[in-house]
Amino acid sequence: MSVELLARLQFAFTVAFHYIFPPLSIGLGVLLVIMEGMYLKTKNKMYEQMTKFWVKVFALTFAMGVATGIVMEFEFGTNWATYSRYVGDVFGSALAAEGIFAFFLESGFLAVLVFGWNKVGPKMHFFSTCMVSLGSMMSAVWIVVANSWMQTPAGFHIVGEGMNARAEITDFWAMVFNPSSVVRLSHVMSGAWLAGATLVLSVSAYYLLKQRHLDIAKSAMKISIVLLAFASLFQLFTGHQSAVVVSKYQPAKMAAFEAHYDSSAVAPFYLFGWVNEEQEEVQFGIAVPKMLSFLIHGDFNTPVTGLRAFKKEDRPPVNIVFQFYHLMVAIGMALIVLSVVLVFLWWRGKLFTYPLVLKISVASVLLPQIANQVGWFAAEVGRQPWIVYGLLRTSEAFSKNVSEGQLWFSLILFFIIYSLLFALFIFLLDQKIKHGPDDTTEIPSEYEHQKQLFV
Amino acid sequence: MEFTGLDLNLTWYILIGALLTGYAILDGFDLGVGALHLLTTTDEERRIMINSIGPVWDGNEVWLVTGGGALFAAFPKVYATVFSGFYTAFMLLLAMLIFRAVAIEFRSKQPMRWWRTMWDVAFSFSSLLITLLMGIALGNVIVGLPIGESGEFTVTIADLFNPYAVLVGITTVALFMMHGAIYVVMKTEGAMQEKIRGWINNTIIFFVICYVTTTMATLLYMPHMAEPFKEHPTLFLVALAGMLAIANIPREIHHRREFFAFLSSCASIAALMSLFAIGMFPNIVMSNISPAYHLTIYNAASSQKTLAIMLTVAIIGLPFVLAYTVSIYWIFRGKVRLDSMSY
Repeated sequence: MSVELLARLQFAFTVAFHYIFPPLSIGLGVLLVIMEGMYLKTKNKMYEQMTKFWVKVFALTFAMGVATGIVMEFEFGTNWATYSRYVGDVFGSALAAEGIFAFFLESGFLAVLVFGWNKVGPKMHFFSTCMVSLGSMMSAVWIVVANSWMQTPAGFHIVGEGMNARAEITDFWAMVFNPSSVVRLSHVMSGAWLAGATLVLSVSAYYLLKQRHLDIAKSAMKISIVLLAFASLFQLFTGHQSAVVVSKYQPAKMAAFEAHYDSSAVAPFYLFGWVNEEQEEVQFGIAVPKMLSFLIHGDFNTPVTGLRAFKKEDRPPVNIVFQFYHLMVAIGMALIVLSVVLVFLWWRGKLFTYPLVLKISVASVLLPQIANQVGWFAAEVGRQPWIVYGLLRTSEAFSKNVSEGQLWFSLILFFIIYSLLFALFIFLLDQKIKHGPDDTTEIPSEYEHQKQLFV
Repeated sequence: MEFTGLDLNLTWYILIGALLTGYAILDGFDLGVGALHLLTTTDEERRIMINSIGPVWDGNEVWLVTGGGALFAAFPKVYATVFSGFYTAFMLLLAMLIFRAVAIEFRSKQPMRWWRTMWDVAFSFSSLLITLLMGIALGNVIVGLPIGESGEFTVTIADLFNPYAVLVGITTVALFMMHGAIYVVMKTEGAMQEKIRGWINNTIIFFVICYVTTTMATLLYMPHMAEPFKEHPTLFLVALAGMLAIANIPREIHHRREFFAFLSSCASIAALMSLFAIGMFPNIVMSNISPAYHLTIYNAASSQKTLAIMLTVAIIGLPFVLAYTVSIYWIFRGKVRLDSMSY
């Protein structure tokens, strides 16, 4: 494999694994604010117990997010040295701002959130919970700004030529509020809320099926449904907005999403299909005719820019992007259906009646995780062959001084470590969930009863 | 070399230096606690060790992450050159940082002895290796790197383990062990405190031997690090302040004023980092091929506009950062008490 491909694979693998955790932190953060807010308002101990339980789960996902996130902060330099020199002036600023404005806020108040129950008063504790939640969202703000700049660069100019060319900021706010920042941020944010909401929904439904911790499970399930319903509908809106921005600023990506080749044709909206990239057509597909034209232009008869408008070397891979994109959309729709069903049952007073609904709720935790992953794959692969859209090609951006062997080494190293971590994470999460929100004291230690190894 | 006025480039050199010094002081003690971890024997002692840094280690590491981000923003060429050049070593360092983070989080979540011992070992060895690798990286920056005309270099792991760099690595381990031991004494009481108090003298002796050796080796073999001090003799005061701070540590320990010993230890780290920064100035990394390829605070920097914007960001952000840091340490002051939310 080429150095370029390995650098991409290594980066994609580490960032995809990292991205399991931040959405959970962001989503759970919002729910913790609601839970603890309910406790402060009602003084009902049940909410305190619920909050403490979810704080422990939050701490676990947060630790995983931190551990895998440190890697990301440095991998731009390790894998993409040429890119880093080219865009450091612009991209580095957003990354540094993330550190100063988000990470310190998050990590500082996390200490109070997790360990400060007996150290500060209830109001100060609640304030800390709010700050952790705010911090996790601020972190999303800056990293999405940085990524959006790679999709729709703005507020910069190119200085120098050849080897020494680089992008420099001309207008900081134009860089921050580049054309896709706000829509993409809201899309990412509601994806994260969905990840958190379905986790709480899933665990609560599991307790209801097992007939355990019923009071807490019922209340937590309702809280999660409120967020789920809001976020899934908001996601439809932000997804639509996002698609409109993509079609305007990254038409090749939009064309790949829908495998639309002919610029003079009105475009259908596929429900599913398989793209034959040789023959430039969609096979086995079912589509709503003219729908894409309507969604983008608000008119059924306006043509949409197709892939043939771009030279072959300027097109992203089509079928894979098409599949990622459509899987994301399908899951988004499924989540809307789920939340409508849940809200309806709640309204009819039958939310906890049907085991099938509870079972689906248990499984629902996987849906936003998959959608978040494939959504990012569609966004990033759809931007190819560019690393910064229209400015710098991915094939020019990798570290020239890093060898294939080094990349294989780190890819295998992280594959082993992350497989192990993932197994441990699932194991500990499972244990924690089975242990439940009982107000028991510490985990007993068998430490002293066995032979000492390291003394 | 001359010190021109305080321009933006110099300001950022100092600011990144301050971030990394903050990192060395703060993560320094929790890495030191990790390095000493396996010397404790009972489960309770080990839990106290971990929980003494429990609420703060994560925030301490943010100083490194932010330092990395700031380096990317202010000196992108340094960020690109150093991290791609140290590729394999850096991946190992990242792997160790991951293990350490999860070891702290996972250790006390299961009752089995093998489980706890496994994570104790992971925590301690990763802490040691992180410290050693960072020290070795620093040592190699002092030695100089084979940066060519393209502004890039590649070194193998074996190249990194040259005697001088290893000496700096071991000195860093000794420094953080001393720093960590003093911290644990502040956070513990009773028998455990007495036990760890007994270690402090050993760690001080270990550090002083390393410190003197490294200083001699630097003067003998890395004379370029001494040039700025020859040209500006007043800078020798920094070295003097460092020595006084180090000398004050055993004195404060003797009088059982651990907090002041800890402050002295912090001051020593700050002085050592300053000596390093002054010795390197105005270079950030030096080429051992030709001085023309040195990456300096001028040829490796972002545009003046970006440096100015980032300075605004820092001026807005840093007071908040300091406020959080101070309040967290204030809230969690005093001796460690284990409860149901502890690790």
